Amino acid sequence: MSEQTDAGAVEQPATFAFTEETRKAAEAVCAKYPADRQDSAVMPLLDLAQRQNDGWLPRAAMDYVAEYLDMPAIQVYEVATFYTMYNLKPVGKHHVQVCTNLPCWLRGSDAVMKACSKNLGVGKGQTTEDGMFTLSEVECLGACVNAPMMQIGDDYYEDLDADSTARILDELKAGDTPKTGSQAGRTSSEPAGGLTSLTDLGSSAKGGDA
Amino acid sequence: MLRDKDRIFTNIYGLHDPFLDGARARGDWDGTKELILKGRDEIVGAIKGSGLRGRGGAGFGTGMKWSFMPKESPRPSYLVINADEGEPGTCKDRDILRHEPHKLVEGALLASVGIGAHAAYCYVRGEFFREAEALQRAVDEAYAAGLIGDDACGTGYKFDFYVHRGAGAYICGEESALIESLEGKKGQPRLKPPFPANVGLYGCPTTVNNVESISVCPTILRRGADWFAALGRPNNTGTKLFNISGHVNNPCTVEEEMSVPLKELIEKHAGGVIGGWDNLLGVIPGGSSTPVLPRAACTSVLMDFDSLKEAGSGLGTAAVIVMDRSTDIVRAIARLAAFYKHESCGQCTPCREGTGWLMRMMERMAVGNATVAEIDLLDEVTRQIEGHTICALGDAAAWPIQGLIRHFRPEIEKRIEEYNKGGAEQAA
Repeated sequence: MSEQTDAGAVEQPATFAFTEETRKAAEAVCAKYPADRQDSAVMPLLDLAQRQNDGWLPRAAMDYVAEYLDMPAIQVYEVATFYTMYNLKPVGKHHVQVCTNLPCWLRGSDAVMKACSKNLGVGKGQTTEDGMFTLSEVECLGACVNAPMMQIGDDYYEDLDADSTARILDELKAGDTPKTGSQAGRTSSEPAGGLTSLTDLGSSAKGGDA
Repeated sequence: MLRDKDRIFTNIYGLHDPFLDGARARGDWDGTKELILKGRDEIVGAIKGSGLRGRGGAGFGTGMKWSFMPKESPRPSYLVINADEGEPGTCKDRDILRHEPHKLVEGALLASVGIGAHAAYCYVRGEFFREAEALQRAVDEAYAAGLIGDDACGTGYKFDFYVHRGAGAYICGEESALIESLEGKKGQPRLKPPFPANVGLYGCPTTVNNVESISVCPTILRRGADWFAALGRPNNTGTKLFNISGHVNNPCTVEEEMSVPLKELIEKHAGGVIGGWDNLLGVIPGGSSTPVLPRAACTSVLMDFDSLKEAGSGLGTAAVIVMDRSTDIVRAIARLAAFYKHESCGQCTPCREGTGWLMRMMERMAVGNATVAEIDLLDEVTRQIEGHTICALGDAAAWPIQGLIRHFRPEIEKRIEEYNKGGAEQAA
């Protein structure tokens, strides 16, 4: 369950409305669900609203989505407060989420978290003064054979150590786009020491280069 | 060791083109029309005959599950695919979504024919944004090529595939919580019965299957149930994706034959335990909820449902978390206790209150701030949670601690003794 604190403590905008672009995306979402089952669209619509609103979900956006889907507002609040990915207060431009669950911890997530704190000058759950970075500790993100890892925005950064973590953050500060995925030279989840399987496929069975 | 020609996921690492051209060259979508035309009974029969057991953790027979779906129903039937992967240690479905998405889409079509569904919803965990993008691209390609849609593969069978993203809740990997979430509600599990095959998504007959279970079906149907059933051991057939994480030299995902010895899996594919096999402390063999096995058990156990059950653990999601002797095992299990506390949906009292209890007691055990009698109390609390909740999250929170006490009790006692001795010295 999300453990976010009372959203009432945050300064809330008075109104919210989808932009034309978001509205189009919302219509495409709603088309996935039967006409009499439009409640199903509430999660993707809250996500769209959050993306439009600089990464956080004000009360007005929840009310807007409730009205858009003709749902009771309380049901939308329940959803918005249950799932951890809805941010009920403002977050930095870059939301840095470090996994500290067991597989990451065994491979050094403490060092990654420390490197983030040191580099950004904030602790867990805090946002930098310039509003650029929020640092969060999160549960398993499902990239355990590439541990330790962190998610920033929509992207995963894997096979981290203190140095690569600091480098990624520095690149973001400089306005650059860091390389996503493995920071240790792996393509994805293959063993670093060289392939131990899939070495004996005919060329046709491979299906071309990625 | 599994031969490459028997591997299903030939692009699991994404070294080659994951999308339609590449997928077709690897054999996906080959003769799908003929497979569809075999019809419902033959498809279900083949999956039953293959011995495929669900790859999401519970290991229920996939063909058997499909056979529970009503043949005649005034309501539509649905296939729901569980891609809410989040059991610590587990990252196999991620590789299917991003590198083998067409196996999932084709599998969903064939499974839907098997259960009489014309629509599938794939619930992808929200954090897998790029993976959902890759899957959506594959879905769009399949529509454009006429493989799915109003006339799937030219058979006249109507089939739609929808990608639905979650928003961060481990509990939504539980099938009825997933259905609730998909309906636009908090992800809180439902009481069973009724089971989803009778009352599932939108109150309609629904089958919920794991990504890997669905993705292996096209290959099983093409190569035959007997081929799949001949791999592994009886009741534990086929190939399986394994994730090997933690203290190994080369953590990786790999497809191996079911029933591969754990030691062989770690040494052949993951480069062995850091510091060698003798440096091994223990292994969590099937994702965080399966009890830890000490080294002695790891030396002989086979990676399948029955062997791991006999050893007092489980295959779960086949996510192997390796811990060497440098690991603070009490602290490690305390971390998992914190995870389950965080993820309890709050619906059932034994789980909502109990996971907090377990976390706080484990925090104290990790530093030794406890009495030896409290170890028994801790064990007793896990048993008050286990089996007393609507879903298996309560069990999942209980088992890692039970495993710790079963195999590492002396370590906990030693810590308590040291802590209390330190306190006595300070007082003196």
